Formats: sequence, structure tokens, C-alpha cells
Amino acid sequence: MATLNKDKSHEMGLHEEQLKGRTQQRFFSADESENLTYFHSFDVDTSKSATIDALEMTPREINGEIRTLMEKGIGDITVDNPMSRHGVGVGILNRLNLTFSDSLGYFGCGLIDGPNVHIKGRVGWSCAENMMAGTVVIEGNAGSTFGAAIRGGDLVCRGSVGARTGIDQKGGTILVGGNTGAFSGFMMQRGRMIVCGDAGMNLGDSMYDGTIYIGGEVEELGVDCVPGEMTELDIRYLTSKLDLYGIKTPKGVEKMQKFVSGKQLWNYDNLEPHEKKIVL
Amino acid sequence: MSNNEEGYFIDSDGLDTVREQEIGQHIGYRYDVNLVPDLKYITPFLQKYIDKMGWKDLNWLEDVHMGYEEDRAAVFDRNINGWVTIPDTIDLPNNQQERDMIARELLIKFQMSEGHPIVDLNNAYSKFKYW
Repeated sequence: MATLNKDKSHEMGLHEEQLKGRTQQRFFSADESENLTYFHSFDVDTSKSATIDALEMTPREINGEIRTLMEKGIGDITVDNPMSRHGVGVGILNRLNLTFSDSLGYFGCGLIDGPNVHIKGRVGWSCAENMMAGTVVIEGNAGSTFGAAIRGGDLVCRGSVGARTGIDQKGGTILVGGNTGAFSGFMMQRGRMIVCGDAGMNLGDSMYDGTIYIGGEVEELGVDCVPGEMTELDIRYLTSKLDLYGIKTPKGVEKMQKFVSGKQLWNYDNLEPHEKKIVL
Repeated sequence: MSNNEEGYFIDSDGLDTVREQEIGQHIGYRYDVNLVPDLKYITPFLQKYIDKMGWKDLNWLEDVHMGYEEDRAAVFDRNINGWVTIPDTIDLPNNQQERDMIARELLIKFQMSEGHPIVDLNNAYSKFKYW
């Protein structure tokens, strides 16, 4: 077991214990497992479809109805008349094809793990916030904090998005067909952001890791965001990902710019005061 | 780093930059988190999984890499916030791309198994039947 080093927090009386009891032994078969979905998820059939008319429904009722239909084994659901309601299509931890026939309000499709969502309109703030897996494709534009704290999956907006896109991004791919606003990739920790158009000021500010690809112009880079080197693998990956969603960059994939973390903010607490000034 | 992925994170101590040598500590992960996957190494099991989910590529598994926990090959499971060590019986190829595919396959098998801790958590605390 690891023993914590003596440091300032010890002097303050914290962390006297050793890290014990955190290791678990769990048994599963690495050779024979055939289960491809979560143990508790609904067994849905994507050839079975249903439509919900959400005109008179509250967001809670819409989300409840989606869950009820999944419980019945329906794997292809269309929601008509979502009327830009907030917080719909959230918390779906299942394999599912879900279509919204029009725009959503804020916090749409948040906390999802697995579904393929198609939104035939625009979305408000924080679309697909904390998304874990799956795909979300938006035909129109999106508001600010698009894909906030996303952990995985593909989040695609064919139009332009607002400020702070992918704030605190911890994984996954955010793909924007148009432009992105200021502070995109703020405190990004992992994952990829692909913007075919321009990026606003302070791109990638305070990013710890991850990769940002920009097809147009960058107004200004943020703290610790530096140009990276495009590789053959990057080009192959970008070509494949953009083709998948039928999105093109104005100048071609080869002309895209790559940005990564300068990693000067790593171990920030260990820097000398004059070094901190240099970083910032 | 991605153009030199083969062997780099397997054999090196990762102390490249002046700053890393000064502090004697690798800055960042012990593997390249920014390494994008090369689909030519995909395994039949992973192909079956992404087909089932209705995806055309690795989706969230693009962010899964083989890492190292106390010098043992391991894969990080975000659902339990812990490392799953790779069984000694599995031969590891000398190529990070192929290693990553093995890690992805093992992680899926673990997450979808009845022995995963989240099954116990679901039984104990879930609000709905659906977890």
C-alpha cells in the first residue's frame, strides 16, 4: 500500500492514515464474456419504433415516457414537438436511437451513456453535459458550455456553438461544423475538440491535456495552450471522423491547426513564485 | 508524441523535458492520452460491441488506453474510479495501439459482467429498476 509523503497537509494534522483497503478483487471471465450491454440495461430492439407527442407534456413526463418505452423493448423513439423544453432526453444509460424533431432548451441530453441522439433543430446551454458514451448530432446551432464536462462519445453540432465549449472536458470528441466562441476548451483535461470554423479568444485556456483541432482562424490562445504537430495518424483520424458525420472543413483536414497543452500548469504548486509568473 | 507511439511509453521513463528532469518526475500520464486510435488494430469482440451499440467507430473507447498501475499493465475503469489489472495470462504486444485495443476489450468485458461493482451499487441504491 502506498504511504503518503509528509508535506504541508501533514503538518496541519491531515492525512495521518495510510491508503488501505482500496484494492478489490473481482471475478469475471476475460475469455468467455459475451454480454455487450450493461447488466441492468433494458434489452431494446432498434427495429421497434414509437413516437411521443410532447406538445402537452412536462420534461419529467417526456423523460418518464422514454424510460417506459425502453422498458417495453422499443429501441427507436421519436419525440415530436419538444417545444424547446429544458432537460429532456437526460440520464439515458441504454442503447437507443432517439430523435427530437425540433429544438431543445438547455441541459438537453445530459448524463447519457450509450444512446444515439439526433436533434433536428437547435439546442440551448450545456447540451450533452456530462455525456459518457453514444452520439449526439445537432442539425442547427448550440448555446454556450456545449458538452460541458463530457467524458466520452461523439457530440456533433453542424452549426456554430457559443462560448466555453467543452469546458472541463474529460474525454470524448466534440465536433463543430461552424465556429466556436471564447474560452473553448477551458480547463480541458482529455479528449478531442474539432472545430471546422474559427475559434474565439482564449482557446484552450488552462488546459491540462487533450487535443484541439481548428480549421479556421484562432483569435487568441489561452494560458498554457500551445500549437502541436499534426501527424499522419491525426489526419487519418480527422478524415475518418469528419466523413462519418458528413462534415467538411473549408481548407481541408491537412490545413487544420492542432493545439495541445504546454503542461506548464502541471505541478503548479511546486513552481517557484517567479516560475508561476512566467506561466501566467 | 503520437507519431512515435510504438514502444515510447513502454520502454521510456518519460523524463524528456528540462522541467521533468529537474523535478525527476514525469509530467502527465504514463501513456499518451492524446493518442488517437488506429482502427486497423480493432479486435473482433470490439467490432461486435460497436455494431451492437450502433456506432461506426470506437466512440467512448477512443479515450481508453492501457496504462500502468504499480508497474503492472492495467486499464482505468471510470465507472469505479479504479484500475483493472490485465491478467498475466494475456500476452502484451510491443505496440501501444494493439495494447490499447486489448485494454478496451477487457474493460468492456469487466463493465458488462455481473461481477462489476456497479451491479451491487445498483441493487443497493437505484431509484428506478433501470439503473
